[in-house]
Amino acid sequence: MREFFRTLMQRAAALFRRRRLEDDLDEELRSHLEMAVELNLGRGISAEDARREALRSFGGVEQTKEKYRDQRGLPIIETTLQDLRFGLRMLRRSPGFSVLAILCLTLGIGANAAVFSWVEGILFRPYPAVTHQEQLLALGGTARGESGHTAISWPDFADLQRNCTLFNAFFVSKIMGTTLSVGDRAEVTTGSIVSANYFDAIGVHPLLGRGFEPGEDSGRNAHPVTVISYQLWRGRFKGDPQIIGKTQRLNNVVHTIVGVAPEGFYGTFVGWAMQFWVPASMEETFEAGGYKLEDRGARWIESYVRLKAGVTRQQAQQEISAVAKRLESDYPETNRGRGFQLWPLWQTPFNNARTLLPTLEIMVAVVVFVLLIACANVGNLLLVRSFARRHEMTVRLAIGAGRGRLVKQLFTEGLILAAFGAAGGLLVAHWCRHALVLLFPARGGVAMHLPGEIDWRVLAVSGGVCVIATLLLGLVPAMQTGKIDLAGALKSDSAGVVGGGGRAWVRSGLVVLQVSLSFVLLVGVGLLLQSLQKIRNTSPGFSTRDVLDTAVNLVAAGYDAQRAQTFQDELLERVKALPGVESAAFARMTPLSYGSYSSTVIAVDGYQPPPEEQPTVEYNEVGPGYFATIGIPLVSGREFARADDEKAALVAVVNEAMAARYWRGRNPIGERVQVKGRWMQVVGVAKDSKYESVREATKPFFYVPLRQNFARGAGLHIRTRLSAETMATALGHEVHALDPDLALFEVITLQEQVDRSTSPQQVAVTLVGVLGGLALLLAAIGLYGVMSYAVSQSTRELGLRMALGAGASNLLKLVLSRGLALTAGGVALGGAVALGLTRLLGSLLYKVSPRDPLAFGSAFVVMTITALAASFLPAWRATRTDPVRALRD
Amino acid sequence: MGNSKSEVLQGTLDLLVLKTLDAMGPMHGFGMALRIQQVSEDLLQLNQGTLYPALLRLQQRGWIASKWGVSENNRRAKYYSLTRAGRKQLEEEAESWGRMSAMINRVLRTS
Repeated sequence: MREFFRTLMQRAAALFRRRRLEDDLDEELRSHLEMAVELNLGRGISAEDARREALRSFGGVEQTKEKYRDQRGLPIIETTLQDLRFGLRMLRRSPGFSVLAILCLTLGIGANAAVFSWVEGILFRPYPAVTHQEQLLALGGTARGESGHTAISWPDFADLQRNCTLFNAFFVSKIMGTTLSVGDRAEVTTGSIVSANYFDAIGVHPLLGRGFEPGEDSGRNAHPVTVISYQLWRGRFKGDPQIIGKTQRLNNVVHTIVGVAPEGFYGTFVGWAMQFWVPASMEETFEAGGYKLEDRGARWIESYVRLKAGVTRQQAQQEISAVAKRLESDYPETNRGRGFQLWPLWQTPFNNARTLLPTLEIMVAVVVFVLLIACANVGNLLLVRSFARRHEMTVRLAIGAGRGRLVKQLFTEGLILAAFGAAGGLLVAHWCRHALVLLFPARGGVAMHLPGEIDWRVLAVSGGVCVIATLLLGLVPAMQTGKIDLAGALKSDSAGVVGGGGRAWVRSGLVVLQVSLSFVLLVGVGLLLQSLQKIRNTSPGFSTRDVLDTAVNLVAAGYDAQRAQTFQDELLERVKALPGVESAAFARMTPLSYGSYSSTVIAVDGYQPPPEEQPTVEYNEVGPGYFATIGIPLVSGREFARADDEKAALVAVVNEAMAARYWRGRNPIGERVQVKGRWMQVVGVAKDSKYESVREATKPFFYVPLRQNFARGAGLHIRTRLSAETMATALGHEVHALDPDLALFEVITLQEQVDRSTSPQQVAVTLVGVLGGLALLLAAIGLYGVMSYAVSQSTRELGLRMALGAGASNLLKLVLSRGLALTAGGVALGGAVALGLTRLLGSLLYKVSPRDPLAFGSAFVVMTITALAASFLPAWRATRTDPVRALRD
Repeated sequence: MGNSKSEVLQGTLDLLVLKTLDAMGPMHGFGMALRIQQVSEDLLQLNQGTLYPALLRLQQRGWIASKWGVSENNRRAKYYSLTRAGRKQLEEEAESWGRMSAMINRVLRTS
């Protein structure tokens, strides 16, 4: 073994000293021969004979040298270098081919690298600068009988932290929108409420100052300190080196800056870059609903855990569930039916990872398709070229190259192409890594943050893709060399009939493959488009036109409930007085917005819930005239009026689904429902509408008067025919007149709100559409290439046909029908594959069957038109064949 | 690399080279070729050229070392000598060769 390595080392070393070793060898052999000649001369024969005799007994000086060289260096490396040099020369000699091939591969590999960089940056390693992200899991709450997740209360969180042993850390990171004031400028920005151990738990060390100290997350409003982001420090504070100890108003409360986060750290929320962090003790300043650190029933935090080494998610989940059981029995009032769940980061339910997951999953499949199509295209180009290079190959075989050596040469050429393609592809990925954000509109004036991450894993995947591409590319021409027969080599070989001929099947096969893959993508695009259409056409149950939505962040401005109420009343009066405004109303939640409705356990007279079930229903707090303003019709009863205030009897409006579920066909008007321990009288029934998502099923829901259930953070709905821009200006004046320190959120139409809530579908349609178009283009190029080549190779036959009386239309038909035959094959194959695969679109489809005939039909039409277009030019060229020249040549 | 026939030959040639250097001390390639032909009484008809790749191989394994020197006729020549590892290798190979030939003899005699 030692000798083996010794030999290997010496051989490798020899690669670098070739020139000297070569001289050495020459001299040694020369001296050998001279000695031999001398000896022979001594025997008294002629000089010429002596020389001949010496050479004879030596036996082939050049062969010896060749063997010696093989033994001396590493032939495999030397021939590879030789192949590389030769391959590069060949590519330079046909730049058109090379550019086209590399372009195809760049697109194919680039699409892969870009999507993998998104998958890495958004799903697997979403938090740059955070150490060991593979140990992190998202922690959320669950409620029995409800799907999805809930937030967690601070006391529950603290109990989990205290009682679990399999974790290195539990930490909280709760996103919030905030008004940041520096000098006289106020702007809306995004920050996080975190537990004191946050920076230690994620392994991020502040660039300046410190993170939070233990205990800074307890005590009501006790620790007004903040760590600011690197961008905020560079941007708003001009990189002030003396920043530590300075103050910053956040939501109008003065905070002391204790640290600056390092560059490249954006917090721990997929979708938004955090600008600052505050400890949980300051919660009341940023969250609606008062002080919640001691309220086990107030669920508001989003959190993560870091597992100890070697602990699996299942073990961790078991331990957490055991603690949840104990909390359930210790605090039945707040915790009955409540549990906790751990999710891998890429399934985090409370940020954009969950929204983007289905789209990214589909994208991974789609880019593999695009890569295959690109490879098939380049494979076809290589085939055509290998045909042109048949002569070269034959000559090389004839003068003694082994077939293995030729195949290696061809694979090397494939590798060169793939390597250029991979380099170009990574460049494409680099440019596209932030492209995902472009598909999402900025919200509330803050742009989203969805970076791709090109790290070693993405590079490795791209490298793997490159190797696979090489194998695919080398394979096709290599198969062809196996068929070269030396005897027939010099016969000029006019390829068979259009479409016929033995060699053509590989090319045709590749085209069929391309067509079928693009067909699958087209079907996918069709299905997604239809879903989007269906979603767009689904009525949300309220008016989307002529209703504007905006908000004033009173929580952020430090208003208390009393002041907030006064402000809301005054603003409402002013808004209603504006010309063009038909009506206006406040409501705590805007439908389909990011945020959560209040929810409550209810009791209904005469309704006996099954055991183990706690009837829980969500509700919205709305002002007088809300239903008229937003356009939700009332089926019976009345809506809330100014009179339904604190002093009046408690009332509620339920939706049809709730009436049907809990009153079972009786008229609920006049009946009672208990909400958070208070009995309310039902005064109206509203039509069902959409609350959180356009795609949700009809569900029970009810409304209570804002006055009787006050919330400072309420949105303003305005019914008007004026545009959002006009309204924004007018509103800005009114808000400024009431309080110059207040900032108005953006003014948008409810249609805009609906569109935003369907952005995952739009993103999926856009991405799959772009790549589907790319795939179609590549397939068209492939078809065009094969058809033109077939035509150019069969001029003799076409000429003959013409000479025998075939007209232009016959030839046109001949070539077109051949193109269509290939397409038909591809469509049949693709159709079969698509029937099996479109199920995978799963959650992205809405009210569309994965086997929807319309999607398949339109994909068929598009494919056929494309195929006709791609074959038309070659067909037309076929009709221009000059029979005289074709037959003479 | 190569077929089994030449591998047998290679092994034999290696052994011959080692033995020659052991018996004669440092020698150049030409001298070795002559010596091997002489000793084998011209039974072993090998091209002298084949000696050189073998010498390189033995050098790479560290069994022999080479150095440029001057021949008896005042000509520059590369001299090869046995290393300590080479001497050990020779002993082992000679022994195994002996065992092998004894075994083959036995097989030939009994059948």
